Amino acid sequence: MNLTLRIWRQKNNTVKGKFVEYHLDNVPKEASFLEMLDILNEQLVMKGEDPVTFDHDCREGICGACGLYINGHPHGKFKNTTTCQLHMRKFADGATITVEPWRSAAFPVIKDLMVDRSSLDKLIQAGGYVSVHTGGVPDANAIPVNKHCADLSMDAASCIGCGACVATCKNGSAMLFVSAKVSQFALLPQGQVEARDRVQKMVARMDELGFGNCSNTFACEAECPKGISVTNIARMNRQFLAAKIAEPLKK
Amino acid sequence: MELNSRIPEGPLAEKWINYKASQKLVNPANKRKLDIIVIGTGLAGASAAASFGEMGFNVKVFCIQDSPRRAHSIAAQGGINAAKNYPNDGDSVYRLFYDTVKGGDYRAREANVYRLAEVSNNIIDQCVAQGIPFAREYSGLLANRSFGGAQVSRTFYAKGQTGQQLLLGAYGAMSKEIERGTVKMYARREMLDVVIVDGRARGVIVRNLVTGELERHAAHAVVIASGGYGRVFFLSTNAMSSNGSAAWHAYKRGAMMANPCFTQIHPTCIPVHGDYQSKLTLMSESLRNDGRIWVPKDEKKAALLREGKIKATDIPEEERDYYLERRYPAFGNLVPRDVASRAGKERCDAGCGVNNTGRAVYLDFKEAIQRLGRKAVEEKYGNLFEMYERIVDENPYVTPMMIYPAVHYTMGGLWVDYELQTTVKGLFAAGEANFSDHGANRLGASALMQGLSDGYFVLPYTMQNYLADQIGVPRFSTDLPEFEQAEKEVRERIEKILNVNGTETVDSIHKRLGHIMWEYVGMSRTKEGLEKAIGEIKKLRAEFWQNVKVPRLKGMNNELEKALRVADFLEMGELMARDALMRNESCGGHFRAEYQTPDGEAMRDDVNYSFVAAYEFKGVDSEPVLHKEELKFENVEVKQRNYK
Repeated sequence: MNLTLRIWRQKNNTVKGKFVEYHLDNVPKEASFLEMLDILNEQLVMKGEDPVTFDHDCREGICGACGLYINGHPHGKFKNTTTCQLHMRKFADGATITVEPWRSAAFPVIKDLMVDRSSLDKLIQAGGYVSVHTGGVPDANAIPVNKHCADLSMDAASCIGCGACVATCKNGSAMLFVSAKVSQFALLPQGQVEARDRVQKMVARMDELGFGNCSNTFACEAECPKGISVTNIARMNRQFLAAKIAEPLKK
Repeated sequence: MELNSRIPEGPLAEKWINYKASQKLVNPANKRKLDIIVIGTGLAGASAAASFGEMGFNVKVFCIQDSPRRAHSIAAQGGINAAKNYPNDGDSVYRLFYDTVKGGDYRAREANVYRLAEVSNNIIDQCVAQGIPFAREYSGLLANRSFGGAQVSRTFYAKGQTGQQLLLGAYGAMSKEIERGTVKMYARREMLDVVIVDGRARGVIVRNLVTGELERHAAHAVVIASGGYGRVFFLSTNAMSSNGSAAWHAYKRGAMMANPCFTQIHPTCIPVHGDYQSKLTLMSESLRNDGRIWVPKDEKKAALLREGKIKATDIPEEERDYYLERRYPAFGNLVPRDVASRAGKERCDAGCGVNNTGRAVYLDFKEAIQRLGRKAVEEKYGNLFEMYERIVDENPYVTPMMIYPAVHYTMGGLWVDYELQTTVKGLFAAGEANFSDHGANRLGASALMQGLSDGYFVLPYTMQNYLADQIGVPRFSTDLPEFEQAEKEVRERIEKILNVNGTETVDSIHKRLGHIMWEYVGMSRTKEGLEKAIGEIKKLRAEFWQNVKVPRLKGMNNELEKALRVADFLEMGELMARDALMRNESCGGHFRAEYQTPDGEAMRDDVNYSFVAAYEFKGVDSEPVLHKEELKFENVEVKQRNYK
């Protein structure tokens, strides 16, 4: 198939970027979207031009590294699909495809389509874990977990940390990301001991890092490649309010 | 150089207990004065870094991705083994040990494997305490399933995303230490050399992938947990940035490389479809629990299938060859990976392969859907079926899946002793980067177990034993001439690549290397083929240095990153071929066509090859020196594996 690509090119964070148009012929329809970009880059390198920089790694939809805004949607418009799992057969021959990086104040552009998402790591560092040390823990079956809760916890834990929810949110909010982690532990007995601290610390860190608030448009859920539900946000809000009243974080 | 595996005295079951009882300790005030560098944030690296931080050491961790959570351990699907015996089906530490030694075709060290089996139970306890949402029964207790090659249900799992959940657990533990300030994280950095001062590893040279600058980092000890080198084949199930360079440069600085030819080819991957393809996707081995593998009995029917004239569902039951069930009635579709891969290749070579390439076999769920109902199958494998449909555009509930073997894991790696220390003092290797526990073939659900065992439960002890002697050693300055020199050499390597300015891209050369490796150093190897491969790799390496085209860019330069890795793969591939040529036997993932039984099974040679092959670097164009570590089996009877 033949394609016209409009790709965002930006040398680094200090200079302005712009769209550059490329024509690409004979792209196999079985190729993935990233393989299509590989083909483009091979041609650019041979022409002595700077290849397009983008994040990618496992190419099987689990590492969360890839993330492109494709025709106005993070990871493209198809449900439950990461960029690397999107195949060219989903596009029409002769199509024009617009490719942009994640756009959010919390994710500065590094180069072209690659952005800095280290703010997501900082959110986890604020408390997205159970603070056990290695060793000295009880036998695994000493902590029974209701199967229904374990399943819901697993659903929340499926988040791959790609940042699509932040990129698509008009407020640049990380509520879906944070609430998925808060919910994973809120649903398990292991998470209860630190539950009140965890939710307050993670929400406070979200504010510090410049993420926006949630105004319930649910764009995050619609665009999440792993189908993380906004009920996690509701759960987090409940937890946050209860914690704030029962045991506010000491400043 | 003498290889000393430093296996503790005493009966097998008491070795690790004795070691822990007599190892040296470092007091808390001294731990604060000692620095450890960890390369890689997969299961082994992240769990080690978190544990070192908790103990009170200063830790610096490096990863090439934008976040430590993206290390390729995240992609492991199936599960993690442990000898808990929760299902009451007769499992024990000894049985897990035995199965792992046997599965590895008697080419692993008994003492290491026993320790692995011993700590497997601690891993599950640890992960549950961390809040990892393992699958559960209605009782609220943990669920288990059986996994490739095991006769007991000892595998714990979290949907088809076990690696993801375990990695996020270790990442969480490490994040906790980052917050506490004991661990400092350096993302988007790639280690390009290890720095040796007075015979001990004292630091690393890394390239900051964003700025392109080289950085020097010093420490009292260095841990390499950078994963395997499967991408030497270009196409593999590994991630795009997975590479062997950190281990390779450790090798060039004096650490020995062990059993480099032991590569695991995984039987259940989505088949190759074109030249532009960048990677292969694994379909979890758990699918073999319910899926039945077959090809048409009749070559003519297979040809019609390849031409698209008939469909798989047109082949009646009596014309299907369930070749694994036929050849291995006891284990059937659950034979170990190496056996299943070779049997698939054998059928395709015989002209019975399907897909337009003839390089695929069917994995059929028709019987399982009839037996369990579609809903139950969906619950167990739904996400995998979805993934398959997205890639291949066929519905596996209706049409059988197509699978073919692909490179998945490298059992070989840096040689380490019982303490996971390489032949360079102060340089440790953990996880897939070392060679230690899987012998010639790794069993399903054992990689996660080994990564976490090394990181949570082995290194925290053995590292302390090493560092106890180092408490009087002050922090190192990175201005030492050794750092100066190592950085200079890295800079020259980069300049040399940039100056070639030839006419072929890095990927193009990498693909050619992959073809050589797959053809001659892949699933079936011969003396002639391996000799040919060595010659071809040498030629290709020369071509790389004369004709590669890498753009000279300020800052971020993905092409340069790839070129540095491929330059190392071009040396590594040769060592793999040499090792395969040296090993005149078939064992585990290493199959030499000359050494097989009349009915096509692998023929081991325990008299002459019951050793670990460890290579000492002598220069890129010189032959490496082979050192042998004899393997002694005192607790298992060495038998020919028999899955019939």
